[in-house]
Amino acid sequence: MSDPDRRPAGFLSRSNDDPIKIFGVAIGVALICSLLVSGVTAYLRPIQEANLAAERNARMGAMLDAVPGLRDVIAESGADGLQTRMVDLDTGQFVPDANVSAFDYDTAASSEELAVSIPADRDLARLRTRPAQIPVNIVERDGELLLLVLPMRGRGYQSTIIALMALESDLRTVAALRILEQGETAGLGARIETPEWQEGWTGKQVADSNGTIVIDVVRGGAKTAFEVDGISGATITSTGVANTVRYWLGDHGFGPLIERLRAEGA
Amino acid sequence: MALREIRSALVTSNPVTQQILGICSALAVSTSVATAFTMSVALTAVLCSSNVIISSIRRHIPPSVRLIVQITIIASLVIVTDQVLQAYAFELSRQLSIFVALIVTNCLVLGRAESFAIRNPVLPSLVDGFANALGYSLILLLVGTVRELLGQGTWFGITIFPLASDGGWFEPIGLMSLAPSAFFVIGFLVWFIRSWRRDLVERLPYGVRGQEAGDG
Repeated sequence: MSDPDRRPAGFLSRSNDDPIKIFGVAIGVALICSLLVSGVTAYLRPIQEANLAAERNARMGAMLDAVPGLRDVIAESGADGLQTRMVDLDTGQFVPDANVSAFDYDTAASSEELAVSIPADRDLARLRTRPAQIPVNIVERDGELLLLVLPMRGRGYQSTIIALMALESDLRTVAALRILEQGETAGLGARIETPEWQEGWTGKQVADSNGTIVIDVVRGGAKTAFEVDGISGATITSTGVANTVRYWLGDHGFGPLIERLRAEGA
Repeated sequence: MALREIRSALVTSNPVTQQILGICSALAVSTSVATAFTMSVALTAVLCSSNVIISSIRRHIPPSVRLIVQITIIASLVIVTDQVLQAYAFELSRQLSIFVALIVTNCLVLGRAESFAIRNPVLPSLVDGFANALGYSLILLLVGTVRELLGQGTWFGITIFPLASDGGWFEPIGLMSLAPSAFFVIGFLVWFIRSWRRDLVERLPYGVRGQEAGDG
């Protein structure tokens, strides 16, 4: 490891207290270690990215399977069935010709040009910034919207929770909620990832008849169509998911898009 | 010799219960047996290779920069392990999240490098690393078993106690899923080991008044 080849002869036989040897060993170790680390990282990067992509696709697939009959619709309408569209969140308009496959949330949310800062009093999801444009997935048949899949994320108890929410064609009924990523306490908050908890969202109404977002996660049993059961022992995680959903459905999130689609559909 | 080494590291000089090294990660990843197992494998790989590398260049590590050299080597090994896990054991690396990266702060690795590998030949260092990693793994798996069983009613993801919420009889103990319970379990283990092997209890470095009176 101490790189004997490139040193002058007798380097290794120098005393360990010799400054040249001290610097030589330190630099040699640093050099070899950095080569090793960057080599391994560069070599494994494609495999890791394939893993991530496979994971995302699997979750998306599971999401589509959660809505009965949706697979048939997609199969029937061919490749156009599931579309990905870039949305400008402020206006709610689709952005034509956007490169959705190159979209990376973290890059966009932390970049100077692409990010929008969220005012503190509206930052329910505790994200501080969000991208100005985010891709969403839609399923259409004959120009009629069947399903709108919105990506969401927000802070839970100790991690960022990433989720997908699918809304039915009325843009009010939850078709499914899927947690894609979370690092909450195992056995408590991490139970948001269980199918049992996620199924509790299906069929719930996110907004009342005026369009106000009212969906919430409550303790001790959901009573109305606007309430989802919380997880006992994981209040902060449950609230985190509720606030995330409320933020992203609200007018600083996908609110303008939902309003526009509803107005066009009517 | 190797066998005796390993046996002693499992109980008499177990890194966790006897040397109290590596506690921090033992708390974090022992919520379930699967994560504890992956962590054990990762730590074994890092500890063995760091001991071997450090021992093989031990004659050329200047004492004045030895900690820096050791930690650089350990940190690089940890990053490599983390990257390999992310590539080939994706699900598990996701559950372990940052804790693999935190092996670098695991006092056990630096502790063995500093107290053994830097003074001993390669082969004994390898055995020492392996034995200590086994001792650590044993405790981690024990704690993981207790915590997963009582916290989630499962072992390695297999249902052992059917949960009350699924129509069974077992009401999971939420506390077992939180970090403090690892302290309790390790504490009980240390207590158990020391009552079983009285010779492992260190002599107090100073007299306690009451005891002195009693002894006298």
